[in-house]
Amino acid sequence: MDPDLALLLNGVVSGLLLGGLYAAAAAGLSVSFGMLDVVNIAHPAFMVLGALLVAVLWGATGLDPLLLSLLLTPAFWALGALIYVAYHHFFERRGDEAIQGLAFFFGIMFIIEVGLVMTLGPEQHFADAAYANTTWRIGEIDLPLRMLVPAAVALAAIGALALFLRRSFTGRAIAAVAQDREALRLLAIDPVRIKRLAFGISVAMAALAGGALVVVQPVDAWSGHIFIGRVFAIVIMGGLASLGGCVLAALAFGVVENVTATFYGPSWSPAVAFGCLLLVLAIRPQGLFGRAA
Amino acid sequence: MSEIVLKAEGVGKRFGGFTALSGIDLEVRAGERLGLIGPNGSGKSTFTNCLAGAFASHDGAFTFKGEKLGRLKPHQRARRGLARTFQLPRPFKGLTVIENIRVPLAYAGRDAATEARAMECLETVELAGKAYRMPKELTQVELRRLELARATALRPELLIADEAMAGLSDSEVDQILGLLFRLNEGGTTIIMIEHVMRAVTQFSQRLAVLVAGRKVADGEPRAVLSMPEVEEAYLGR
Amino acid sequence: MSGTALPALPLPAPRRLGHAGFWLASAVAALALILALRGFGSEYAYFAATFVLQYVVLATAWNILGGYAGYVNFGAAAFFAAGAYTTVAIGKALGLGLLPCIGFAALVGGALGLGTGILTLRLRGAYFAIATLCLSVVLQTIVVNWSYVGGSRGAYVLRPREVPFGFDSYSGFLCAVVVVLAAAAVAIARTIEKSRLGLGLAALRDDEAAAEAAGVPTLRLKLIATTISGAMMAVAGAPLPYLGSYVEPNSAFGLAYAVNAIAMPLIGGTASWAGPLIGAVLLASLQQAATVTISSAANLMIVGVVLVVFVCAAPHGIIGLFRGRR
Repeated sequence: MDPDLALLLNGVVSGLLLGGLYAAAAAGLSVSFGMLDVVNIAHPAFMVLGALLVAVLWGATGLDPLLLSLLLTPAFWALGALIYVAYHHFFERRGDEAIQGLAFFFGIMFIIEVGLVMTLGPEQHFADAAYANTTWRIGEIDLPLRMLVPAAVALAAIGALALFLRRSFTGRAIAAVAQDREALRLLAIDPVRIKRLAFGISVAMAALAGGALVVVQPVDAWSGHIFIGRVFAIVIMGGLASLGGCVLAALAFGVVENVTATFYGPSWSPAVAFGCLLLVLAIRPQGLFGRAA
Repeated sequence: MSEIVLKAEGVGKRFGGFTALSGIDLEVRAGERLGLIGPNGSGKSTFTNCLAGAFASHDGAFTFKGEKLGRLKPHQRARRGLARTFQLPRPFKGLTVIENIRVPLAYAGRDAATEARAMECLETVELAGKAYRMPKELTQVELRRLELARATALRPELLIADEAMAGLSDSEVDQILGLLFRLNEGGTTIIMIEHVMRAVTQFSQRLAVLVAGRKVADGEPRAVLSMPEVEEAYLGR
Repeated sequence: MSGTALPALPLPAPRRLGHAGFWLASAVAALALILALRGFGSEYAYFAATFVLQYVVLATAWNILGGYAGYVNFGAAAFFAAGAYTTVAIGKALGLGLLPCIGFAALVGGALGLGTGILTLRLRGAYFAIATLCLSVVLQTIVVNWSYVGGSRGAYVLRPREVPFGFDSYSGFLCAVVVVLAAAAVAIARTIEKSRLGLGLAALRDDEAAAEAAGVPTLRLKLIATTISGAMMAVAGAPLPYLGSYVEPNSAFGLAYAVNAIAMPLIGGTASWAGPLIGAVLLASLQQAATVTISSAANLMIVGVVLVVFVCAAPHGIIGLFRGRR
């Protein structure tokens, strides 16, 4: 095979795998930002919190990191629900969510990150899965399990979430709250309770994404920053409230970034990806996969 | 008969696959008091928003004082003398009552935003005594009066009063009606969109009825209200 | 403005200082501060004052868009760094000193603000906030890859040997420049607040559709505010290379700037020019003291906690606590 073509193919495939990780990171935000209209910029910080907790627990128990992150989800769900209660009490109820609400999450993000630095130190932490050093090869294409397994687990979790949103009564209520709060009142469902539940789910997804992240790469307290722009970009490009769109956008984002990194060097990849987002915002604000309002 | 101040031709608006408004033709003459009624969801608010420029695009065209409104922004329409109030009062809640009035005056460009002129506006709605209060200190009917004062601060030719009386008591409805009558005597054409039937019949010289996004009747109020299709659609019989 | 139930007597219109009077007062305050610092004459006093005052400029600038218009800019660090790197690039290319570089920084920051605004201000506010986050990443990437200004290694900026205008040291001169910038920033903010522009911004912050209906050209006002705010944030960053004689991307784009630019106005109170001033002086002094005594991480922790406590418990900031209205 032509070496350039092999390079490109490998770039695309590992981009897709990277996209799986991005999808995990963005799916939770698609629920909170896309559906509930809560601009949770601390979402990547929750992911990093999950990743570092997994790393610490892995160091203590040696269990599989992804399993550990799954075990963390109930605690994260409760944390998310708690934060939503505070957010609703102080901002949403008063109609002050614009500036103060954004600043609130900005502060939460800071407290998480600095708290992590103060307790775990500024250095990188990692958790090795049993399969971390195995790579499958299909022809010229490398499939490192270190990337493949987290991506597959992430997509499975998103699939389960999508099924929950579509099939269960509560899930449909969450989708409805995104459309119209009053509709829920008519059905005698408390929208605040539904939003609390959904926000908990979004933070629980961040824990899972953290597990996936720490398998893929070493993580430090500030690792969330480079994800803030990415996950919002993905959710917006995906059309906000659509999990399917979010996954497609994440995969596209991963590929664009990775191919850029392969051919022009990794230091350029963020700029290209965010350039895409700015263009999307300017030209098609409803997202690449969203429908016109 | 006086000249035509507003002309709507074939105005329509779709949201995705849903047609909210279609083929609306309407002429309003200077100084007229027109009532626009219809059941919930019949397209009255959509019509108001199209006319005020709140949507980026719609079908058909509006001609106001001989000028096509086209894609003019809401603030450009406001400065040309086309004013509206909102269904729920929307005061600038971070500004005092008099500052609320100074906003349109300041941006009109012709009338200097003097305190005196703003106070004059407040006097016409009997709010001068609360000029330096915050909107949250006002009662519901006072907020309605503030809303009207802000909308009419620039002495518009045409005012769309969108449910200015919803949720008010009988005597409060009379207050607002009195204000609207006075504005009309001062030369402002008024389109009243209202559910309070007593107010509509008392106020309107002419009634137009929207049902499911179409105009089904337009004429002398008593005649319109006794039309069988209006009774059926509007009163649900 | 107490809430007691007075009879419907018109309260008198509050008296206030005219624009010229305020500018004069700012100039006098700036002069007094410069002379007082001169009296101290210690290098540390100059450094600490410069540190605090650059935050006064940054927070005041942020507040013109964030506080007056209600559009949250998370990219304050990007604008700040754009100013700092303008100084580096222009200084290197044209050999100009600090003062002309400040002018160029204003142009660059204004253009950046206007560009971001044009791209996103037609959308909901949250999109603007997110776009500004992205702007930080894009700009940092460009600077990291731009070897002319040192790339990821950073750049050294040598202080000129002779000290201008008869100051006792270059630090003294730098500090005086930042004092003047801070006084000018506060005066600009106050002028905007009390002008037609400020009235229109306050209206659109509360309700954009209602502001439009009242004849306010909201999009144009937002673009003006974004441009002015961007220009002033870049100006705040322009002296940075001379402050430490060295800049590198990670510190110039540091999150401390982004979080402080937001925290300071919110803690002080966003509705008035005094809010960011109070917030910046308090928080920056606190951090300056904390850097000396405890770790820099604890430093940021303090800012984060104070920010969260304030937005929850005192949504109108310190000024709101004292005024007690709204």
